[in-house]
Amino acid sequence: MKEEIIKVNGVSICFNLSRERIFSIKEYFVKRVKKQIGFEKFWALNNIALTINKGEVFGIVGLNGAGKSTLLKVISGILKPTRGTVVIRGTIAPLIELGAGFDMDLTAYENIFLNGAILGHDKKTMTGKLKEIISFSELQDFIDVPLKNYSSGMIARLGFSIATCVEPDILIVDEILAVGDYKFQEKCHERMKNMMNNGVTIIFVSHSTEQVKQLCTRAAWIEKGHLKMVGDADIVCNEFHKNE
Amino acid sequence: MKLYLQNFLKYKHLLRELVLRDIKVKYRRSILGIFWSLLNPLMMMIVMTIVFSNLFKIQIENFMVYFLTGQILFSFFSEATTIAMGSIVTNANLIKKVYIPKYIFPISKVLSSFVNLLFSLIAVFMIMLITKASFSATIFLIPVAFLYLLIFTVGVGLMLSVLTVFFRDMNHIYGIVILAWMYLTPIIYPIEIIPIKYLLFIKLNPMYYFIAFFREIILHGNIPSMELNLICILISLISLVLGLYAFYKNQNKFMLYI
Ligand SMILES: Nc1ncnc2c1ncn2[C@@H]1O[C@H](COP(=O)(O)OP(=O)(O)OP(=O)(O)O)[C@@H](O)[C@H]1O
Ligand SMILES: [Mg+2]
Repeated sequence: MKEEIIKVNGVSICFNLSRERIFSIKEYFVKRVKKQIGFEKFWALNNIALTINKGEVFGIVGLNGAGKSTLLKVISGILKPTRGTVVIRGTIAPLIELGAGFDMDLTAYENIFLNGAILGHDKKTMTGKLKEIISFSELQDFIDVPLKNYSSGMIARLGFSIATCVEPDILIVDEILAVGDYKFQEKCHERMKNMMNNGVTIIFVSHSTEQVKQLCTRAAWIEKGHLKMVGDADIVCNEFHKNE
Repeated sequence: MKLYLQNFLKYKHLLRELVLRDIKVKYRRSILGIFWSLLNPLMMMIVMTIVFSNLFKIQIENFMVYFLTGQILFSFFSEATTIAMGSIVTNANLIKKVYIPKYIFPISKVLSSFVNLLFSLIAVFMIMLITKASFSATIFLIPVAFLYLLIFTVGVGLMLSVLTVFFRDMNHIYGIVILAWMYLTPIIYPIEIIPIKYLLFIKLNPMYYFIAFFREIILHGNIPSMELNLICILISLISLVLGLYAFYKNQNKFMLYI
């Protein structure tokens, strides 16, 4: 019955901190000559191994800078692991940040198609989903307004509506539900619940252990790039709390 | 390889949307809209005709069309590569948050400029009509000429976008390079005025061949020689392969620099 949909095999991510600072050719040659190009390595993830099964709602907890977002980026293919591999079976809708890819000069209507294309949906799919997106985001009256005149909550509404309009196999949610007013948060939760019932696998990052306990079946606790614990969501969250 | 092609096809909608976006944003606020692509080369031409047409000892037949044919190709190349080179850095925010094949950004920028080139082509036709230049059947080879240049430009755009990720001051350097490059390309002057000993410089300039090809079919009504065709194909393919290779080799490192 258990079908693996995500398999993370010993993944490590190394950021090269000192390299980041060289941004010009001049600087590069000056440092080269002075032999200043050091290699200050920073391992944001260290040998992480996880498997997530189909239909699971999987939580990730950890303090700021623990590496949660980095892990999500590796899973969604944005970052290539320095070591290790990730195997995915299915389509992913990464909600790492809502509205990444919106063009503020374009109207909401135009952004629906642009953002849809960014998520890999063609024009026909988006035309079909247009009504639903507009009604879910409740932005009927603002659809021909350029996004630069939107409030941040309105942008988040539109972003969530677009990102979830086509049901993916895997949904990745990185602390995005904190935006939007109370009413819209309820709506987002409901849509996620619906997806869970339809067997969508969800990876959920949140700083609210209450939410994780409530929504997730299993959870992982990451500390300073190391996988500290994996298991039943309640047990992991309680352990995490004790240590905090 | 097949996998890459599949991926590319999957994102062709995105490519279209990005190009549409660029065109919309560019022309939304200007009253003259898309006609800028047409007016700009025309105005340049008028200035150049007044200043240069009598300067050279060798008279150029139909200077206006001669100039325009070179000018629209070079400004396409210059505009496309300049915008493409910054495209990875400008889209850093998006690249960090959603998985998209990254080459889509430089390529979409080149294609947006290409749309402008197509509009500028209308300017060439207008001037040809006004100056009563003869239209020969070889104008049907324009797509071939444009295709060669497009492939070459995509390659250069890819290479430059990679370099710019690692060296942010590339755009200043490139601004100077492209200016020198323009003067080393026979756009306003006829190639005949170049002293023999400097001719090699011109012959090493890829843009010279694309412009020569274009002029051959527009101005002279000749089918370009096999040799010229081969040179254009070779240059554009080398550029594309180098561009793709440089991009492919470095794209996983982009995340650490942007
Ligand atoms: N591009 C980068 N270059 C260098 N270091 C990075 C980069 N991205 C992330 N890091 C580092 O990796 C570590 C983990 O970051 P990450 O964003 O995954 O944390 P997080 O667990 O999501 O934290 P938060 O709870 O604040 O969202 C941090 O120390 C951060 O400084
Ligand atoms: Mg985070």
